[in-house]
Amino acid sequence: MAALTPISRKPVSFYVPTVAAGGAVAGMFVGTAQGSTLLGIVGGALIMAAAAYVLTQIIKAETPGRWGLAILCAVAGFALGGLPAGLIGAAFGWFFGWFSFWLYEGRYRAYLAPYLTPGQVLWHYTFRVICGAILVFLITPIIVVMPLSFNAQDFFTFTPEMLRFDPAGYSIKHYEDFFTNSDWQGALANSVKIAPAATLLSVSFGTLAAIGLSQAHVPFRRAIMAILISPMIVPLIISAAGMYFFYSRIGLQGTYLGVVLAHAALGIPFVIITVTATLVGFDNSLTRAAANMGANPVTTFFRVQMPLILPGVISGGLFAFITSFDEVVVVLFVGSAGQKTLPWQMFTGLREQISPTILAVATILVIISIGLLTVVELLRRRSERLRGMSPG
Amino acid sequence: MSDATEQSGPMLAADGRPLKASLNRALRRQKLRALMLIAPLLIFVLVTFIAPIADMLFRSIENQIVSDTLPRTTADLADWDSETGELPPPETFEALYKDIFIATERKLHTRLGSRLNYELTGVSSLFRKSGRKVEDMGEVYQDQFEDLNDFWKKGENWSQMMGSDDWNAAMAAWDDRSDTPQPVFEPRSGMAQMLPETTEMYLTFADFVQNEDEDNLAKEDPWAIVYSALYTDLGNGADVSGYTGPGSRELQEAEATAGEFEFVDYPAAFEDIDEDWLDIEVWQTIQIYSPEFTSGYFLNAIDMKKGLDGAEMRPENEQLYIKLFIRTLIMSLVITGSCILLGYPVAWILANLPARTANLLMILVLLPFWTSLLVRTSAWKVMLQQQGVINDTLVWLGVVADDSRLALINNQTGTIIAMTHILLPFMILPLYSVMKTIPPSYLRAAKSLGATNWTAFWRVYFPQSVPGIGAGSILVFILAIGYYITPELVGGTTGTFISNRIAYHISSSLNWGLAAALGGILLAVVLGLYWAYDRIVGIDNVKLGG
Repeated sequence: MAALTPISRKPVSFYVPTVAAGGAVAGMFVGTAQGSTLLGIVGGALIMAAAAYVLTQIIKAETPGRWGLAILCAVAGFALGGLPAGLIGAAFGWFFGWFSFWLYEGRYRAYLAPYLTPGQVLWHYTFRVICGAILVFLITPIIVVMPLSFNAQDFFTFTPEMLRFDPAGYSIKHYEDFFTNSDWQGALANSVKIAPAATLLSVSFGTLAAIGLSQAHVPFRRAIMAILISPMIVPLIISAAGMYFFYSRIGLQGTYLGVVLAHAALGIPFVIITVTATLVGFDNSLTRAAANMGANPVTTFFRVQMPLILPGVISGGLFAFITSFDEVVVVLFVGSAGQKTLPWQMFTGLREQISPTILAVATILVIISIGLLTVVELLRRRSERLRGMSPG
Repeated sequence: MSDATEQSGPMLAADGRPLKASLNRALRRQKLRALMLIAPLLIFVLVTFIAPIADMLFRSIENQIVSDTLPRTTADLADWDSETGELPPPETFEALYKDIFIATERKLHTRLGSRLNYELTGVSSLFRKSGRKVEDMGEVYQDQFEDLNDFWKKGENWSQMMGSDDWNAAMAAWDDRSDTPQPVFEPRSGMAQMLPETTEMYLTFADFVQNEDEDNLAKEDPWAIVYSALYTDLGNGADVSGYTGPGSRELQEAEATAGEFEFVDYPAAFEDIDEDWLDIEVWQTIQIYSPEFTSGYFLNAIDMKKGLDGAEMRPENEQLYIKLFIRTLIMSLVITGSCILLGYPVAWILANLPARTANLLMILVLLPFWTSLLVRTSAWKVMLQQQGVINDTLVWLGVVADDSRLALINNQTGTIIAMTHILLPFMILPLYSVMKTIPPSYLRAAKSLGATNWTAFWRVYFPQSVPGIGAGSILVFILAIGYYITPELVGGTTGTFISNRIAYHISSSLNWGLAAALGGILLAVVLGLYWAYDRIVGIDNVKLGG
């Protein structure tokens, strides 16, 4: 994005107090951790104000100045609280170096419309900080789990060794436990058996029905759609209760078949939604052209229609797979101990004997989700590009 | 002239049919083909999903267990007027004796006891106790018959007397150890007229021995209740003089002496077992819950019960479910509210940033969406603990003292934090797709016409984003109201939802009817919202990821 506004240097009376305010906030945390909040606030403000002034008015060279401040703060932090504090200090130093020059050079105005008032500029950046905080809230739990899974102790928090980056504080013993413990391996095997079977069922039925639903004249389309989507809407506990009662009556409760059927039903809405979305852009004259050239309906489907809607079918299948792979409520009721899946094992692990192996499993699952997410995103962009809907 | 009439007639298709009919036929075919494609899935969903839900709803009103287990008693009680404050007549007690005796042999009395215990506490132990002791009442007669003549001691004598000659011959020919099924019992002709009660009881006994126990009926000693029935028949003046089959001599002897037998006073005998049998409330409960269908479970689910004159509220200290429903609704609203609060700014910035940056940030929203629910719940469990990451950080920063760590888990706070995080993507994604369609020039136009920032947002931008808020809110609310896993793991006792109670009734208290009724109410709420969602957004427009 090109700069919208010419930038100019700002007076000392503007940026030094601003940096000082930032320093006071940072100093407050450091001070509290060291025992005196007030001293921290005053000290942080003074040090950062001085640093900002020295950097911009005396040193003037930006790159060495910023590096110098970062190193200085890192050393100070290391002296106060060892390696972790040193890293935090370096981060603070780097930030304040950048912040001082950003304000001093007036770079914050560059990409904003020239007519904005100072209040609007302030709000613009405050709003971004708020959004950043919310995104941090979204991602933190997933980020925190990963390092904790390498904990050498059976604790659920960072030990002092881990914070010192002492190699003794880390180990892969929870991963070893996951790969050797028969409970976890049995659960993994069950998940790997059930999820693909359920996916296959929901994808094959779901794709056919989605093709049917996207024809021009479908009687009771709304009602049929409502029924097919309902497994996604009805609370899982109600589906689970109903299936438990009904499957016990017909002897499916506690069997693999029962769990697979239940999971297939839960995955169907996702297949329907993604495949119908892909079919919206499908040009029906292609099938007519194929028929015109003598292809029978089956050939037309596999050689013409299927390759074009394949991305939608695959992402629907991935949704169905992840639904079954993550599902715990229904399997808890419809399955018996013989069909214990990975989420079920995690659920009992969390409710009864809390074992850090769960964190190792969680990390592995997060990595699997990242892989699936990448595939789905790539497919979605590909199909949008093919349809010429978006340039990306 | 005639040419013109022909041309103004119906237009014809190539095959000579009227065009209209031909088109109609093509349309019908098209519809049929679409339906054929949908049919397999529709049948699949109907069988694996809709049928279970219907079955659950049926269970919430089904109540056959009472009339199935106590057929005689419930039939007798139909004429009893409980308002008089008098106990049912002794005949009803006798009917109860028969019903409980048979139920005990079939081991059904404890199930009925637990069923009625939902309505009146204490009935469960009353039935269990009665099941143990009811045999004694029959043995009074059994002992006297057996003292009178050793003939009555042997099961063979009974089966020869009660069974037809053909059946006895078939039984004699049947090999006990072979796999061929036992010849089905057939009563001696005329027996049912001569000794109606005895025949009825013996038939029940024979059916049980042959079909449930799978023992040899010819050798099995009859239940004590058969002796009671024989006594009743003889006391009713059964005419056994014309009978000449096996045991005719012993039967005549018994008829002559039966008048001198010690007899059982059923009300007194039941009082002996437990005084509660003289409590009119027990009988009222049995009477109220005799019909095959009941609204009892639904009344129970809204803290009411069936009284003598219709539904009434339960006592204050037994009220539970209305509070739980209200708590579920309030917490779901709070979660929806915090999702709007957190989701709106993020959706706005995603919709207004340049595409490349927005796509990058979108990953931060989609990653939690794709991550296993249990992973996220366990992450929150780990972070929110007393010794967890958040409390540790707060203590390190000195915000809270080490000895007053915040209780963030196993209460409502824990549930709200964790569920807001889990459901936030479901708010951001619909909001984003709506905001994406609002041209940013509208805001600039409003400002150039003199609107302040706030006015421009509130009067121009916000009204256009309301559909997104509506879609996201209903989605989040529907998902929140039925959540089970997260409240179960981080909710403790105060942060649980109605779903946790349903799960408890299915797996722990085994009160399936009540679980089904609670589920039915929850389902009604959700379907109402689903309908609203369909009206506002349309189910076809549900989008997944971006």
